[in-house]
Amino acid sequence: MMKKLTKQTEFYLALLIIALSIFITLNNPRFLTTENIFGLLRSFSVMGIMSVGVLFVLILGGSPDVSFTAIAQVVQYIVVILTLNYGGNIFLAFLVACALGVLMGLLNGFLVHKFKVPTIIITIATSNIYFGLLYVFSKGEVIFVIHPMFREFGQLAIGSWVGQHGTPYGLSLLAIIWLLTLVAGWFILRRTQIGRNIYAIGGNEIAAERVGINVFKTRMFVFGVIGFLSGVAAIVHAAIVQSAIPNIIVGQEMNVIAAVFLGGAGVFGGKGTIIGTFLGILLLAIVSNGLTLLGISTYWYNVLIGAVIVVSITISAIQQIRQEKTRVRVQVEGEVTA
Amino acid sequence: MVPHFGVEPQQIQIRTGCCDSMSKFLQMVNIQKNYGGVKALKGVDFSIDQAEIHCLIGENGSGKSTLIKIISGDVQPDGGEIQIEGRHYPRLRQIDSLNLGIRVIYQDFALFPNLTVAENIAYSQLVEKGDRLVNWQEIHEIAKAATEKIQINLDLHELVGNLSVANQQMVAICRALTKDVRLLILDEPTSALSKVEIDQQFKVVFDLQSKGISIMFVSHKLNEVLQIAHKVSILRDGEMIATLPREEVDNDKLIQLMSGRKITYTRYKGPETTNGKLLEVKGLTKKNNFADVSFSLGRGEILGITGLLGSGRTELALALYGIAPADRGSVVIDGKPVTIHSVQDAVRAGIGYVPEDRLTQGLVMKKSVRENVVPIVIDQLRNKLGLLDNGEWRQTVDHWIDELGIKVAHRDVEVRTLSGGNQQKVVLSKWLASKPKILILDNPTAGVDVAAKSSIYEVVRNMAEQGVGVILISDEIPEVVNNCNRILIMRNGRLVEHLETQDVTEEEVQNLVEMTGTQQQQISGELR
Repeated sequence: MMKKLTKQTEFYLALLIIALSIFITLNNPRFLTTENIFGLLRSFSVMGIMSVGVLFVLILGGSPDVSFTAIAQVVQYIVVILTLNYGGNIFLAFLVACALGVLMGLLNGFLVHKFKVPTIIITIATSNIYFGLLYVFSKGEVIFVIHPMFREFGQLAIGSWVGQHGTPYGLSLLAIIWLLTLVAGWFILRRTQIGRNIYAIGGNEIAAERVGINVFKTRMFVFGVIGFLSGVAAIVHAAIVQSAIPNIIVGQEMNVIAAVFLGGAGVFGGKGTIIGTFLGILLLAIVSNGLTLLGISTYWYNVLIGAVIVVSITISAIQQIRQEKTRVRVQVEGEVTA
Repeated sequence: MVPHFGVEPQQIQIRTGCCDSMSKFLQMVNIQKNYGGVKALKGVDFSIDQAEIHCLIGENGSGKSTLIKIISGDVQPDGGEIQIEGRHYPRLRQIDSLNLGIRVIYQDFALFPNLTVAENIAYSQLVEKGDRLVNWQEIHEIAKAATEKIQINLDLHELVGNLSVANQQMVAICRALTKDVRLLILDEPTSALSKVEIDQQFKVVFDLQSKGISIMFVSHKLNEVLQIAHKVSILRDGEMIATLPREEVDNDKLIQLMSGRKITYTRYKGPETTNGKLLEVKGLTKKNNFADVSFSLGRGEILGITGLLGSGRTELALALYGIAPADRGSVVIDGKPVTIHSVQDAVRAGIGYVPEDRLTQGLVMKKSVRENVVPIVIDQLRNKLGLLDNGEWRQTVDHWIDELGIKVAHRDVEVRTLSGGNQQKVVLSKWLASKPKILILDNPTAGVDVAAKSSIYEVVRNMAEQGVGVILISDEIPEVVNNCNRILIMRNGRLVEHLETQDVTEEEVQNLVEMTGTQQQQISGELR
């Protein structure tokens, strides 16, 4: 059991997070307070929600979708304008956002399936189109005042405690949406047939076809999911930022993708777990938070994240090389087998 | 010629007593199939009885895979009749074939390496059931039932990617057994298995057959076919040459029927005196691969290395070529000690290596002949400016196409369109162009037809005559006995025999190869 555990990426990631947490706490005890952790979960909920969609895409084929931030960006802008002009409620906002997101995701999926082009190529193209059109129509204009319901929604929380500076805090509904997304993602991947089909296609697409899996349907589902979650993330983001800036979400896609790879997803598909993805985002969050708490310039953030990725990739590569070295190819006579 | 081994006498009894000729499971009459203008099958008759083990043999391109695809419903024939269990199928679709209990275990097994054994076994059934949710307990029950059917012990929680090839095949068979199977088609099932694993596989096959399942065993390994078959059908150039009961065939006859000619080996004599030691290997050791290997190779000599799969013969070659370098031991070439830590070291020392699997290791399939011939000598094709000289390049390639008799319309044709024999010649020419001192060939004639085989032997002998030292690794005993000056036999990672070919027969070598370590100890004990 222990041996199996030590083979998992998640195990090392968890160790790293614990070590980092201890280090930060020793230097600034404010780190390990519910107030700080809850705040962290809230501010990283947008990336967290999107990461689940990215995980689905990476399991399916290893080639990442890079257009999900563009989709979220477009959706957010449209919904913000619609609600400003026509009012409405938060549920309707979610509904419209998700519907638009799914539509754009499905278009990606269709193109990928139809032309058998790696996801990253197609989505570089479509993300340019989606984001480009947004700029054409918005002219890059920032909407500073958005419908107040976003702010109200963003302030909803479970529980009420008094923080260090006397400010009340709770577990934000936005963080809960992230956690629910994780649970739903876990359920789909682990307990539904279509979830298993995603792994199967990622493992061996030809074999998947041979056992009768509908590859097209599964692929459309996956791209539907990432589109849907981009829609959710768009609203959550609006609730946090309380404005619509047409280039604020775009640019984060590489960090989200990196977090999912950190969590154990592979570049060849068929690999990756929800828990790993969660830990990947958590690591990003802790590094960023730790820098602030330790009083280090946040300009170091990207450098550190890059270093963490290099280190973790090196660890798993060394593991693999060591495994390969000790593999018994031939039972050599008279040789002591360890 | 090839001795029988591994089959108990009572099994042979079961086999001859089983076949009730009245109960045909599958009958195909005058099946034709054209691809473009090429006739893949020219009016083939083929039938399988219930509970029969029917071997289908034929060289590459003889139409074996087309026939399998027609039976599995993947491909529709252009003409002919198919009758299964007495019913006519004017159009046999994939789904019909599946519903009739026909299952194909393809060479690549069609498994999911990233999923567990249990899930791999249960997958087809789950997809078919069409439930939305997954019940893990059910998956394990399905898998357990299937593994019990063939009495095999597999860790159901292990990832399939971590299994040996033999066990992966068992998983594929188990998956087929999750439904009612009437005909199991095994496509080249033994190509990557060791002797022990093949014996285990045969046990499973006999067991299934005794339960009334028909087996179609498609192979090119004749000694295995002779061990297992009730009947043998031979395809050649899209025609069914013969279908014969096991009792009426032997190795020579099958070869003759398969190739349409009798293959006669002439023994290689080699140079009278091997002038000087070209290569001397002493105490070469690599943990978990081989141990304490010492031998020498002379100029113009062809040295055969044989042994069962898993004996360490390929691992030795990989070490000499620097792909998986040895831990200890010395290598001396032309009297100078050399260290081989990488492929570059080996190439610099004048060693060439033609890998066993030319498709993945020896060739870039989607590139042209022209591009595949020159990678090693590309530096020599530069002009004064240091740029590639196209004229020189073309000349070099055409020279080798001509020299080796590579059948190709033009040097710019992609190698994947060539036949196996011609592809192998392209790999050879790549190394010949580099003028190596030592050439290591790993199973150079695997999957190559008889005509191409003898021309490859011709090329190898020519090279040796020009002074190249050749190491020929092969599991085909006639190949090493007839082409080599000396033979080394490997077993369990060690060199156990050293023979001069002029002193031995093929049978003797075969027996030595098959022998286990303990058997040999017994024999040498008795002699003492």
